[in-house]
Amino acid sequence: MSKVGRRKFLSIATSVTGAVGGIFALTPFVLSFQPSKRAKALGAAIKINIEKIEPGSIVKVIWKGMPVWILHRSEKMLDKIDSSIDELRDPNSELSVQPNFAKNTFRSIKPEYLVVEGVCTHLGCAPIEKFAIAPADMGPDWEGGFFCPCHGSKFDLSGRVFSGVPAPSNLRIPPHHYENETTLIIGENQEEENV
Amino acid sequence: MSSDNKQEVYFSNPILKWVDERFPLSKVLREHATEYYASKNFNIWYIFGVLSTVVLVLMLITGLFLTMNYKPSAAEAFNSVEYIMRSVEYGWLMRYMHSTGASFFFIVLYLHMFRGMLYGSYKNPRELIWLLGMMLYFCLMAEAFLGYILPWGNMSYWAAQVIVNLFGTIPFIGDTLVEWIRGDYYISDITLNRFFALHVIAMPLAILGLVFAHIVALHHIGSNNPDGIEIKDNKDAQGKPIDGVAFHPFHTSKDLVWIIIFLILYFGAVFFAPEMGGLFLEVDNFEPANPLKTPEHIVPSWYFTPYYAILRSIPDPLLGFIALVSAVVCFVFLPWLDKCKVKSIRYRGWQYKVALAIFVISFVSLGYLGMQPSSGIYLILARVFTVLYFSFFLLMPFYTRLEKTKPVPDRVVYKK
Ligand code: HEM
Ligand code: FES
Repeated sequence: MSKVGRRKFLSIATSVTGAVGGIFALTPFVLSFQPSKRAKALGAAIKINIEKIEPGSIVKVIWKGMPVWILHRSEKMLDKIDSSIDELRDPNSELSVQPNFAKNTFRSIKPEYLVVEGVCTHLGCAPIEKFAIAPADMGPDWEGGFFCPCHGSKFDLSGRVFSGVPAPSNLRIPPHHYENETTLIIGENQEEENV
Repeated sequence: MSSDNKQEVYFSNPILKWVDERFPLSKVLREHATEYYASKNFNIWYIFGVLSTVVLVLMLITGLFLTMNYKPSAAEAFNSVEYIMRSVEYGWLMRYMHSTGASFFFIVLYLHMFRGMLYGSYKNPRELIWLLGMMLYFCLMAEAFLGYILPWGNMSYWAAQVIVNLFGTIPFIGDTLVEWIRGDYYISDITLNRFFALHVIAMPLAILGLVFAHIVALHHIGSNNPDGIEIKDNKDAQGKPIDGVAFHPFHTSKDLVWIIIFLILYFGAVFFAPEMGGLFLEVDNFEPANPLKTPEHIVPSWYFTPYYAILRSIPDPLLGFIALVSAVVCFVFLPWLDKCKVKSIRYRGWQYKVALAIFVISFVSLGYLGMQPSSGIYLILARVFTVLYFSFFLLMPFYTRLEKTKPVPDRVVYKK
């Protein structure tokens, strides 16, 4: 090898080694941005007594830092559950996130209790409950559901998204099960569902 | 050129002389002040760069003093801001100067950028100055967003939620990326703490470095002027541009007048309208962060509303995000999209004048629409203006080629 060729080779070899070293040096800084061990450990399941939730009313709790709603659907609400089915984007929850047991019209274990994450699937705002039928702000065809104030996404009483709004899929259903008639556990499914 | 000779006479003060022998003080002052020549026909559009620097200094000082009493934790942030407002001596002044300063920063910045579009300041040979300016704009947007989260009011919380989730629309890596930014599974104490670190250390350092590079590049090339001609093309026997006057004392003394006028307006806002009817500080942010309740009218700070309107006008989340990012980034390409050889709007054809007018109307209208609900006529208008906004950039290579320009003078003109 000529002297110049040798120098060129050494410069390139040094630069490449330096660059690889640089990437290695950067790694701990990039990875330190990930959720910490403590953040991972939080988010254990929570227990809620559902006895006191009147039909037609909603209770909001926080699980893993996000709102989870428990809606006790009244008879009337259940009867009308499919009244807007033609306007829904994903009526059978094919594109949406939920445990298998909730992949149905009611999206729940017991039809009267909807347990759903109150996190808009668009950009994560908390939708507002609009249970009144045909109120002035929602228009005459409104059969009750949820409205996201951020960019106007609409969901029905099963948390199913309407078409033509920014949210791409139905509200997520968190893992949950009933310990007994009145105790709801949010954060874990029944044993067999977990596997 | 007997520069040694000059060196001797520059300072008469013995201390400064002593320093000058050991540090290139007179050299720097000459190059950047007393022998830096800028056009003598500068108009009001040329003040906004100086004013941005003034605001930057105000932000750094008030920010430093806020940091002395602010607590970057989810449990304490909101109360510590209340404490600054109510108990800390002159804390209210520091905070209002800082929050009003953010809005004034953007007012000044938008006018500064518009000047570049009026007089073709982004064109050869000033492309790099423009690019460094764009990087500053991006950093300031990030800085303002991060700062907006710190008071941990309800609007802060939900703004963080929505903006961070925008990254979740990116296919495949979106969810991981969002988790990485938050450092948690939701917007939490951890997120607030790291945003604070970025707001007070990372971004200010980057901004200072970029401002330095922006000015070094500018002084290397020389400022443009309202006629868009190079004053360096006409030099006198000593090699000074005939149409230029030294930055110091001529431009500095004129700038001082504008700085005082600016400070009167700024302190007028600080003392009499720090909330500016909800534009500078939003009502929902006087409530602490509540993860269960999104504010009914979620609106970003006014300086982001044009982009927010563009985001909302597109129904698909990913396409909306792409449109938002492109709308901000578009400006970067101006030096190459504009095919017209003439720089200043004074001598350009009607095509660019009309296009620029449409662009300004679209930008301002989108800013207004971004504060309104996104439905009905507002949504339709937002879509129309989004199309016009992008047409300004995308069609630029075509309409700027068709321009019939007027003859450009050799020497700068005063009144036009
Ligand atoms: C350079 C441009 C800067 C911009 C555009 C900016 C913007 C903002 C904004 C919009 C807020 C929220 C205002 C409010 O509601 O109170 C804020 C808060 C804050 N900023 Fe900055 N900032 C800048 C620089 C700095 C620097 C350099 C520091 C510290 C060294 C700093 C420290 C703080 C602190 C501690 C807060 C929280 C206290 C509060 O909310 O009043 N800022 N900033
Ligand atoms: S976050 Fe709900 S519509 Fe955008």
